[in-house]
Amino acid sequence: MAYSSKTREFFETELNGLKEQGLFKEERYIHSPQGAEIEVEFPSGADVKPVINMCANNYLGLSSHPEVLNAAREGLEKRGYGMSSVRFICGTQDIHRELENKLTKFLGTEDTILFSSCMDANAAVFEAVLTKDDIIIADRLDHASIIDGIRLASAQQDSYKHLDMKHLESKLQMHQDKHIRMIATDGVFSMDGDIAPLDVICDLAEKYDAMVMIDDSHSTGFLGKTGRGTHEHCGVVGRIDLITTTLGKALGGASGGCISGRKELIEMYRQKGRPYLFSNAVPPVIINAANRVIDLISQTTERRDKLERNTKYFREKMTEAGFGIRPGVHPIVPIMLYNAKLAQDMAKDLYQEGIYAVGFFFPVVPKGQARIRVQLSAAHEKEHIDRAIEAFIKIGKKYDILGKTKEQIIEKYGL
Amino acid sequence: MDTEMRDTILEYIRNEYLDEDSGIEVNENTKLISSGLVDSFSLVSLLMFLRQKYKVNIPDEEATAEVFDTIPGIMGLVDKYRQNK
Repeated sequence: MAYSSKTREFFETELNGLKEQGLFKEERYIHSPQGAEIEVEFPSGADVKPVINMCANNYLGLSSHPEVLNAAREGLEKRGYGMSSVRFICGTQDIHRELENKLTKFLGTEDTILFSSCMDANAAVFEAVLTKDDIIIADRLDHASIIDGIRLASAQQDSYKHLDMKHLESKLQMHQDKHIRMIATDGVFSMDGDIAPLDVICDLAEKYDAMVMIDDSHSTGFLGKTGRGTHEHCGVVGRIDLITTTLGKALGGASGGCISGRKELIEMYRQKGRPYLFSNAVPPVIINAANRVIDLISQTTERRDKLERNTKYFREKMTEAGFGIRPGVHPIVPIMLYNAKLAQDMAKDLYQEGIYAVGFFFPVVPKGQARIRVQLSAAHEKEHIDRAIEAFIKIGKKYDILGKTKEQIIEKYGL
Repeated sequence: MDTEMRDTILEYIRNEYLDEDSGIEVNENTKLISSGLVDSFSLVSLLMFLRQKYKVNIPDEEATAEVFDTIPGIMGLVDKYRQNK
């Protein structure tokens, strides 16, 4: 046996280190379908508790929508369970290409290629098309999957201060000697709900001959007047060269992702994208359901409109109540608490009140910027949101943070 | 120690990585990369800055995260290629 007691002890020590640093993640077992109200077993072995879910990426409330479930069943019946193949051998069905075409139309691009996840899409998006003569210029708060994708590529790498367009411009000027320049940014940043100024980014890209790549996982389906994403919100549909996004959030929430953009690049990914070439086709159940999701959200903006109303209502009421909220319009709402322990303690108390929201702190967010992140959904009804606000106010009073400034909270609880 | 070079590099680091209101202090003992202050992606900018400022031809492969983790490490690398000139 090669797994010696010394090796075991090494990993035990590593895990204990994570626990001591408060970085040890524990799963909570959910005994119900995903939705506004879920039943949770936590900690493991505890009685199942009904809670309002305020931390899912179920932005449009489609994860358990009856029409989506029916389409999934239909996919299973008509196209089977699994493909037992990668796409290019015998893993592509008519419905795979149908979904790629629908996503192309929905996103306003030239072509689309599906991946098993957006993480996989990001693992291909740079590596398959850029070489050591090229440079990727990334926002410093880009999502971990973009960072990993950049690491996989042979291209040179640089970064600019979060959302700082002057800094980005200076980097574009500096790298005029490179063959291809590619700007890489999240459309919406998942910890803050910040929206990248894509109009300015596209103007800079044109001025300095750079391509623009965005990861729009936290926008596709609901940001912009018809839910196309951050590019619609910023008025730059057709000007983004590469969009990576996910089926695992607003678009039904199962799994799968894609790259959508310039047709020559999409063909390059079909030829050279390693996660595409070496992992199985997304199963028919998911593909058929996702096709229905795109139909649903193309027919009406009802769900994204409801999400927008829910977001506005929650943000207004929480601000009125005296919480420090990063301003914005996105359904990701960070309630700023600055101190890591305070964020953890408040999240625990909220859970006792039947509200499931998660505290985030360093290293997931920068030091001194601990917060509870709330995510609104079109599945939430007004009474869900009111109950969440009520619980937040009760807990906010307990910790005496309502109406307090950042400095006052830090003075009371430290950083 | 070449205090002028130290101050020049420190100023570059402050401008490149810190927001005006960050309140973070940087000095010659600060760990740059391992502390999370400097992201390793932007080493290319720092390298280009050093090449232009000190007219040294530091090869890409020597600009490692280990060497660039400290101000003395960076200064040592610049000195090495200045002497080779």
